Amino acid sequence: MKKTTLNNLITCGMVLAFFAIFGGLSAAGILGNKLSGLLVPIGIYIILSVSLNLTVGILGELSLGHAGFMCVGAYMGGIFSTIMQNVITVSWIRMIVAIIVGGLGAALFGLIIGIPVLRLRGDYLAIVTLGFGEIIKSIANNIYIVSDKNGLHFSFANAVNPDIIDEATRQDIMKGPLGINAPQDTNLLLVVIVLMITLVVLMNFIDSKSGRACMSIRDNFIAAQSVGINVTKYRLSAFVLSAAFAGVAGVLYSHSITSLVSKKFDYNLSILILVFVVLGGLGSLRGSVIATVILYALPEIFREFSDYRMLIYAIVLIFMMIFNNSHASEILKEKVSALPIFKKRSANAAGGDSK
Amino acid sequence: MSEKETMMLEVKNLCIQFGGLKAVDNLNMSVKKGQLYGLIGPNGAGKTTVFNMLTGVYKPTSGTITLDGENITGKAPAEINKHGIARTFQNIRLFKNMSVLDNVKVGLHNAQKYTFIEGVLRLPRYFKEEKAMDEKATELLKVFELDGEKEQLASNLPYGKQRKLEIARALATNPKLLLLDEPAAGMNPNETAELMKTIRFVRDEFDMTILLIEHDMKLVAGICEELTVLNFGQELAKGVTSEVLNDKRVITAYLGE
Repeated sequence: MKKTTLNNLITCGMVLAFFAIFGGLSAAGILGNKLSGLLVPIGIYIILSVSLNLTVGILGELSLGHAGFMCVGAYMGGIFSTIMQNVITVSWIRMIVAIIVGGLGAALFGLIIGIPVLRLRGDYLAIVTLGFGEIIKSIANNIYIVSDKNGLHFSFANAVNPDIIDEATRQDIMKGPLGINAPQDTNLLLVVIVLMITLVVLMNFIDSKSGRACMSIRDNFIAAQSVGINVTKYRLSAFVLSAAFAGVAGVLYSHSITSLVSKKFDYNLSILILVFVVLGGLGSLRGSVIATVILYALPEIFREFSDYRMLIYAIVLIFMMIFNNSHASEILKEKVSALPIFKKRSANAAGGDSK
Repeated sequence: MSEKETMMLEVKNLCIQFGGLKAVDNLNMSVKKGQLYGLIGPNGAGKTTVFNMLTGVYKPTSGTITLDGENITGKAPAEINKHGIARTFQNIRLFKNMSVLDNVKVGLHNAQKYTFIEGVLRLPRYFKEEKAMDEKATELLKVFELDGEKEQLASNLPYGKQRKLEIARALATNPKLLLLDEPAAGMNPNETAELMKTIRFVRDEFDMTILLIEHDMKLVAGICEELTVLNFGQELAKGVTSEVLNDKRVITAYLGE
C-alpha cells in the first residue's frame, strides 16, 4: 500500500473513531446535553476546514470568504427544504436533494468568482472573496420570500406587500433579517456520512493528477505552465470543489438549527475556519480535523469560565503555533515515526511500493 | 528531404521590446533535428528573453517561431509545451514541497488520460494509469540516478541533483526540443564534466534536439555543434562552434578591447 493511502486511512479512521466514541457516549447519556450538542457542529466545521484546506493548503490561494459559500449553501438548501416540505415528505430524501442543491449552488458562485479572479496572480482572490462574503451576507439579510396558493412572492429590502398575499395559505419562507426556519433534518449520522464522503473525495482529489497539478501550481507557477499544466483549469476546479463542500456544510448547518440568520456568516467565521486550517497545518487534512475539534470544542467546554475562556483560547492558539513550526515538533515527529509500530508500517509500505 | 523539413526550430526576425528597450532585435536562428545548439553571449545579452519567447512566457513584438513546421508564435506556455518544447530554468524551479517522484509525475500530467471523476471515484483506469506512470517516472529517474531519492522532497536534494531532476521533469513531457538555461551554473568542474556526459546521453538516448544557454565555455566548446552569439539583443556571430569561438568580435564582446 502507498504511504499516502495509509495516511489517509488513518485520518478517516481517526474521524470515525472520534464520532463513534462520542456519539456512543452521547447516545448512552453519559455525555451531557451540552457536549452532545457539540458533535454536529464539530462535524460541520470539519467539513468547512478540510474544504478550505484544499484552496489554501493545496492550491496555495488565500480565500477569506469561505463563510460566504457556506451561506449560499445554507440558504439555498434551507429554502429548498422549506418549499418542498409538503412535496417530499420523506425527510432524508429531501435532505439529500437539499445537500445537492446547496452544494451545486455554492459551486456555481465559486465558478462565477473564480473565472475572472483565478486568471490573475497574487492576492486578488483574498480581496474578492472577502468582498463576496460580506455581499452575500447582506443580500441574504434583505430577501423576503412568501408562498401562498398563488405561488411564490419575492421582495428585496422590504417585506412582501401583505395585500397581495392570500393569508389563509400564507407560508413565510425567508424573512429577511429573521432568516429561514428550515426543517430539522440534520442528525449526527448524516453529518458523519457527509463528512466521510467529503474526506474521501478530497483525499482522492489530492492524490490524483488533479491534486498534483494544483500542488505544482502552488509550488511554482511558471514551472507548472512549462510542463504543460493548464493552470487556470486546475485552480478553478480546486476552488469550485472547495466552495461546493462549504455549501454542503452550510446545508447541514441550516438544517441543524431552528432559525438561521445571515449575521452568522460574517468575516469572523471565515477567519475562524482559516485559523483551523493554518494551525492544523497547510495541506494536511488530518491537521485540519484535529485543529477543528480542539479549537471548536475548547471555548464551548470552558464556557463556565466566561471571560477567561478567550484567554485560554488565545494561549492554546499560541502554543499550537509554536509547536507546529518548532524544531522540537520536528524532533518529536521523527521520534514518533521511529517507534517500532510505525517502523514496521513504513517498512511494509516501502515493500509494497517496490512490488 | 528538403532543407526545411530537417529543421526542428526556426526563428525568423524575432523582436521584443520592453518600453523603449529592444531586448532582442531581429534574431534569426535555425536548429536542425538532433542538434546540440548553443546560445551564448555576455550577461544581459537577452538569452533568457529568447527562451522566454520560445516557451511563451513573453509574447514577441514581431517575428515568427516555427517548431517542426508548426507556427507556435505567441501561444500560451502550456500550449507550447504540448507542441513539444520543454525547458529548465536558470534559477532552478522545482516543485519544492513535492516528492522527487511527484515532480516527474507532474511532467507526465498530459500523458495521463484518466478524468477528474475517475480519479475521485478511484475507477480502474486510475490505478492502471497511476501504476504505469509510477513505473515510467521511476525509469526516468533511474536514467539520472535519482531513483534512490524518489520519496524525498525535491527541496532536500543537493544542487547538482536538483538540476538533473529539472531535466528529468522536462523530459517527462516528451518534448521534441529541450531548452536548457545555464545548466552548469554553480557547478564545479567535476559536476560540469558529468553534466556534459548527461546532456550528450539525453541527446542520443532520447533522440532529442537540445538548445542551451551557457556561460561555461568549456562546456560550450565540448558539446555544442553550432552556436549563436548574442550581444545587446543582436546577433553577433553564428556558425560552427570552433569558428565562432575564435571570432575576434566574440572574444571582444566577452573580454573587451
